Amino acid sequence: MIDLSLIWAFIIAFAVFAYVVMDGFDLGIGILFPSFAVGEERDSAMNSIAPVWDGNETWLVLGGGGLMAAFPLAYAIVLPATYPLIIAMLLGLIFRGVAFEFRWRDPGHRALWDFAFTGGSLVAALSQGMVLGALLQGIEVADRGYAGSWWDWLTPYTLLTGLGTVAGYALLGSTWLIWKLEGPAQDHARRMAFRAAIATLGLLAAVSLYTVFLEAQYFDRWFSMPSVLFAANVPLLTAIIAFLLFRGLAKGWEAAPFWLSLALFFLGMAGLGVSMFPYIVPDQVTIWDAAAPESSQIFMLIGVGITLPLIIAYTGWAYWVFRGKVGHEGYH
Amino acid sequence: MLQDLDAILLARIQFAFTVSFHFFFPAFSIGLASYLAVLEGLWLKTGEQRYHDLFKYWLKIFAITFAMGVVSGIVLSYQFGTNWAVFSDRAGPVIGPLMAYEVLTAFFLEAGFLGVMLFGMEKVGRKLHFAATCMVALGTFVSAFWILSVNSWMQTPTGFVMGANGQFLPGESWWDIVFNPSFPYRLVHTVIAAYLTTAFVVGGVGAWHLLKDRTNPHARTMFSMAMWMAAIVAPIQILAGDLHGLNSLEHQPAKVMAMEGHFESHPNGAPLILFGIPDSEEETVHYAVEIPKASSLILKHDLNAPLAGLDTIPEEDRPPVGVVFWSFRVMVGIGLAMLGIGMWSLLARARRKLYDWRWLHRAALVMGPSGFAAVLAGWITTEVGRQPWTIYGLLRTADSASPLDAPAVATSLVAFIVVYFAVFGAGTWYILKLMSKSPKPGERGVKHDEPGPIRTSGITPGPTQNPGRPEHLPKGSDEA
Repeated sequence: MIDLSLIWAFIIAFAVFAYVVMDGFDLGIGILFPSFAVGEERDSAMNSIAPVWDGNETWLVLGGGGLMAAFPLAYAIVLPATYPLIIAMLLGLIFRGVAFEFRWRDPGHRALWDFAFTGGSLVAALSQGMVLGALLQGIEVADRGYAGSWWDWLTPYTLLTGLGTVAGYALLGSTWLIWKLEGPAQDHARRMAFRAAIATLGLLAAVSLYTVFLEAQYFDRWFSMPSVLFAANVPLLTAIIAFLLFRGLAKGWEAAPFWLSLALFFLGMAGLGVSMFPYIVPDQVTIWDAAAPESSQIFMLIGVGITLPLIIAYTGWAYWVFRGKVGHEGYH
Repeated sequence: MLQDLDAILLARIQFAFTVSFHFFFPAFSIGLASYLAVLEGLWLKTGEQRYHDLFKYWLKIFAITFAMGVVSGIVLSYQFGTNWAVFSDRAGPVIGPLMAYEVLTAFFLEAGFLGVMLFGMEKVGRKLHFAATCMVALGTFVSAFWILSVNSWMQTPTGFVMGANGQFLPGESWWDIVFNPSFPYRLVHTVIAAYLTTAFVVGGVGAWHLLKDRTNPHARTMFSMAMWMAAIVAPIQILAGDLHGLNSLEHQPAKVMAMEGHFESHPNGAPLILFGIPDSEEETVHYAVEIPKASSLILKHDLNAPLAGLDTIPEEDRPPVGVVFWSFRVMVGIGLAMLGIGMWSLLARARRKLYDWRWLHRAALVMGPSGFAAVLAGWITTEVGRQPWTIYGLLRTADSASPLDAPAVATSLVAFIVVYFAVFGAGTWYILKLMSKSPKPGERGVKHDEPGPIRTSGITPGPTQNPGRPEHLPKGSDEA
C-alpha cells in the first residue's frame, strides 16, 4: 500500500524548500538593500528579481494551501500557535511586495519604498525563522487545537532560529547578486556574501547544537542507531560545502556560490527532517494524525502530478528568459 | 463567555475587512487581464499603433493592481488558519484541495507568465509575449473558478459525508463538491461583474480624457470599447443576477427573505419592498415603499404565489436583515445605472455623437468606480446573507473561530487597517496618477513622462539599470 500521507509530507516539504530558496534570495536582497548604493546598484539589484519574485512567493501560498488541504489539523494548530508571527510575516510581505512597483512611481517616494522593501523583507524573514523555532521547541495541543498562551513563540531559541534565517536569506541574496551583477556592485555583493556566510554557518551551528542538546527529545534522534549513520553525514557535508563556498567566494566564482548556498539550505532541510519525522507538530501530531482523508489526498495528488511538472517547466522558462547579467551594457 | 464573543466578532470584522479589500484587486485585474489580451491581440492583428499604446498604458496600471492583489491574497490564504482554525480543521478535507488546485492551476500560471508579460517583449518576441498575456488572463479566470467554487460550497454544501471526528469529508464524487448548486450562477455573476467593473474603469478614464479633448484618438478607442461592454454585458448581468437570486431562493431562502425585507410570510403574493428601514427587533420594515405582489412575480413568476418570510425561520438562524437589505439595493441600483449608461451610449452611437455628448462623458466618469461599489455590495449581500453560518446550515460562525484572545485579534485588526489604508491608499494614488495622464502615441512606460537624470522607468528593467544612458533602444521597439 502506498502511504499517501508520506507522499504529501514530501510534497509539502518540497514546496517549503522551493519557497525558502526562491523567496529566500529575494528576501535576502531586501535585507541587504540598504548596503547598496542609491541609484544604479539598487536599481539593478531590484531588477534582477522583479520578473520572478511573484512566482517565488506563490510557493508560500502552495505551502500554506497544501498544508490546509493535506494536513488540516496541523494547519489549524500551528497557525494560531504562531499567530503574531504569521501576521507580522504577512504584513512584512505586503510592504516588500508592493515596493517592487511603487518605488518606480514617484522619485520623491523612492526612499520610503526602499525602506519598506528592506523592513518588510527583514520582518518576513525573521518571522519565518521564528515560526520554525516555535514549531521545533514544541506546541501545546489539546482537543484538536492550540492550547498554549500567545507568547509561547517568543524564546531565546526562536530568536536564534529567526536570526539564522535572516542570515541564511542574506547569503542566498548576496550569492544570487554575485551571479547577476557585474563590476563594483558585484564586488560589494561578494563582500556581503562572505559576511553572510560566516553569520549563517555560525548561527546554523548554534541552532543545531541548541536543538540537539537542550531539547532532549531530539538528542536520541540524532545519536541512536541507525539514524546516526544518516544524520552524521549532514554536518560532514555541511562542512565540505562551507569550505567550497568560501573557496568559491575567494576565487571569484560567479554562479557556484549561489548553488552551494542552496545546497546548504538543502542540508538544513534534511537535518530538519531527521529532527521532526514523522511528526508534523513535534511530539504531538504525526503526519498520519493530521492527514486529510485518502480521497482528498488522491484528488490533489492527481492535480499535483499533472500541474507540478508544467509549473516547474514554465517557471524554468521564465528564469531562462531573464538569464544572464542584469544591465550588462550599462557598465561599459 | 463575553470575551469569546468579542474575539469572534473581531475575527469576523478582520476577515470581512481583509477579504473586502482584497476583492477590489482581482475584481479589476480579472477584467483588465482580458482587456490587455484583447488590446494586444488587436494590435497583432491590425498592426495599429493605437492598440499597442493602450496596451502599454494599461499594463502599468495592471502591474500595480496585480502586486496589490498578490500581497493581499497571501494574507487570506493564511487567515483561514490564524482566525478560523476550527473551520479549517473541519472543512479542510473538502475545501483545502480546491484551494490547492487554485494555487496549482491559477496562481503559478499568473505569476509564471507575469514576468514575461511585464518585462519580456524584447526577449521573447511578439507571439510568445501574446501567449504569455493570454496565460495571465486565463490564470485570473481559473483562480476565480476555484475560489468561487469554495465559496459556493460554503453557501450550498453538497457531496460530503460527516467524519467521526467532526470533519467534513469528501463523498463519492468531487464533481458534486466542485459543481455544487450555487456555483455555476455565482461564477457567471461574479466574473461578469469583474468585466463590468473593468469596463467602467476604462470607460471612466476614456471619458475623462474625452472631456479634456474630444478628438483624443486613444480616449475615443477606450471609451468606445468600454461602452460596447456596458451596452452588451450590463443586460446579461442583470439576467444572470436574477437567475442567481432564484437559485438562492431555492437553496438559501433566509438570505432572500433578508434581501427582500420579508419578515412576514405572504400566502397570497408578496410585495416588492423598494425602500424602507428594516427593524429586526420589531420584525417589520418601517416606511416601506412597496409594489404589491411584485416580489412573487419576480421570484415565482406568479402574482399570487405564496412566499414564506423570516417568521418561518428560527430566530437564531436568521441573517442580519438591515445590512443584507441595503447592500442588495445598492448592488441592484448600480446595476440599473450601468444598464442606463449602456443604453445611453447606444443612442449616442446611433446618432454618431458618442464622442460629443458631454453629459454622457460626465456620467461615465462618475460611474468609473461604480463597479467596485457594486462588487462589494454584492459580496456583502451574499456573505452576510449566509450568516449565522460559515457552512450554511451545518457549521455556525460562532463555532468556527480559532482559540484566540480578543486582544490578539484586536491588535492584528488595527495593524491590518492601518497598513492596508496606507499601502493600498498609496497604490491607488499611483494608479490615479497614471490614469490622469493621457495615453499617447509611442507610449513607452513612465520614463517619457518624467524626464531628467533620474530614470523612473517603472516596469521596464532594461533602462533603469543605466541611469543617464541615452535612449539606445530602436524606435518602435517592442519593449512594454
